[in-house]
Amino acid sequence: MKKVFSLLAILAMGVATFAGVVVGDAAPDFKLKNIDGKTVTLKDYTNAKGIIVIFTCNHCPYAVQYEDRIIALNKNLKDKGFPVIAINPNDATKYPDDNFDGMVKRAKDKGFNFPYLHDDTQEVAKAYGATRTPHVFLLVKGKDNKFTVAYIGAIDNDTENVNPEKTKYVENAVTALNANKKPDPSSTKAIGCTIKWK
Amino acid sequence: MIQKCIVGLVLMLCVGLSAKAQTVEVLTFEQLQTRMASQKQEVVVYNFWATWCKPCVEEMPAFEKLYKEYQPKGVHVVFVSLDFKSKHAKVVEFADKKELQGEVILLDAPDYNAWIDKVSTEWGGSIPATLVVKKTGNVQKFHEGSMTYNELVTFIKPLLK
Repeated sequence: MKKVFSLLAILAMGVATFAGVVVGDAAPDFKLKNIDGKTVTLKDYTNAKGIIVIFTCNHCPYAVQYEDRIIALNKNLKDKGFPVIAINPNDATKYPDDNFDGMVKRAKDKGFNFPYLHDDTQEVAKAYGATRTPHVFLLVKGKDNKFTVAYIGAIDNDTENVNPEKTKYVENAVTALNANKKPDPSSTKAIGCTIKWK
Repeated sequence: MIQKCIVGLVLMLCVGLSAKAQTVEVLTFEQLQTRMASQKQEVVVYNFWATWCKPCVEEMPAFEKLYKEYQPKGVHVVFVSLDFKSKHAKVVEFADKKELQGEVILLDAPDYNAWIDKVSTEWGGSIPATLVVKKTGNVQKFHEGSMTYNELVTFIKPLLK
């Protein structure tokens, strides 16, 4: 019996690790606390054509490397109907920098122009299948006013931000969606920090 | 005479120590692939890490222990740093400070999406991650996430037969 239980536990772990959305799936809704204390859900975005959801955090050097580019994404793409929502899913007991107060401070210091939500239970990161920071899930709103996942992956292919010829995956994907086309590529991989699970 | 001996001894020690220092070769992904395809040792453990990655640094002693215990059995350990090429000096300094015995290389391949799937389609891109390559039959095993020494031994044991 014990064996069955441990087998189930292993299976459950497997599911927890590999579950998540793929391109074309409905976007799981969430209700998370923003750094201003208010809650944010997808339903708040009635006027958006889509949303750039980015799992990120305070401590990861690769996430930090992208902060200015995430601010620029929101600045440039919000008016085109695609605002940014950043979500921090990290277990703050392992990285105290990633706690709620740290998020408030980081957003203030950097001048984040987008909501920065705390996924305290990590359920949203699991629902999306986020594994690393930063990890983008670009959502697009359909005719039924529901969000689906249109692109999963990296912001661009130049983490260090030194290559002027870089491919800007998210910007290109938004341009494609605004032209009623499917993003190509619709998913990319990148090196990032492991999400610190509880 | 004694003084001369001491000076000589110190010199020899210095030379000995500097000879042990890591050089940290910089490789492109294609060069790494070529090396994987023509590896000398029967089993090579490629551990993808970075100096800034805390869980990577924390699991390094397990890989060092594996290298020490299993080198006589034909196991080689390569720490593949994913630090930016511009941080090469930092990686060398790190390897020296930690006195790493396993080989350290820096992978200069910033276009991640172009090669992550070639290491393993199972790899989402987070580090640490570990690829083990067995020369005979080109058998490969991949793991994303940290490993303890015991997990690592269990992981590679099937490849040692």
